[in-house]
Amino acid sequence: MRRFNWQIWAGFLLSVVAFLSYPSIFVRWPITRDFPWANLLLFGVAAVLLFVGVRRAFSPDRRLRSKIAASILTVFSALVLGIFVFSLFVASKWLPASHGAPQIGQKAPDFTLADTNGKSVSLSDLLRAPINAKAASINPRGMLLIFYRGYW
Amino acid sequence: MDKFHEAGIRPVAISVDPPEVSRDLSAQAGYTFTFLSDPKADVIRRYDLVHAGQGINGQDIARPAEFLLDSSGTVRWVNLTENYWVRARPEQILEAANALR
Repeated sequence: MRRFNWQIWAGFLLSVVAFLSYPSIFVRWPITRDFPWANLLLFGVAAVLLFVGVRRAFSPDRRLRSKIAASILTVFSALVLGIFVFSLFVASKWLPASHGAPQIGQKAPDFTLADTNGKSVSLSDLLRAPINAKAASINPRGMLLIFYRGYW
Repeated sequence: MDKFHEAGIRPVAISVDPPEVSRDLSAQAGYTFTFLSDPKADVIRRYDLVHAGQGINGQDIARPAEFLLDSSGTVRWVNLTENYWVRARPEQILEAANALR
């Protein structure tokens, strides 16, 4: 009796999960974001499942169809891992060098931009204006300027 | 975010997003800090932080970067990440903020 080769499917699905769970889950915590060890661990488990699945598929009592399916799923899983490694370790480093960015000790260039209410505010305004925290208004000691990619 | 306010630090976020998009984002996420819109990436360009053609329609956007300024507007700490998944951690920034006098 030939039983369903669950290892091969589980291995494939797990490698897809290992890929998708980085941007959707593990990127939220610095410890799993700065190095994607959790995802690589999932890929490792997926590889073990696939290895067992392939061995099963290539045992003499399995049909050709089973061998072909196992091969295709293994190739797809390897591709998923390849894309993951590429996008995390290679493509993510394609950033401009930004040698002209303000450096420590330099004045940050002033600017005026619209806030979320469409009101124009300048850097110098923001540096002076008191901060309205929960209870009291605090004199600002500084400012954290965050540039981000945006959601377009 | 309240931790930053308590430390006397105003977080200000800048992107090419139009004001409405940032408003929806901050309402959704409950962010209380200032979002500024730089749709033509003018300020981003002046800070040499343009990541050319990376927007969804190929427009120029900002690369991730964080600057801690003191009350005179002088840069006291800077983080220009080499990997866009990796950003500054709040603890690092607060540590630098607490060193400001």
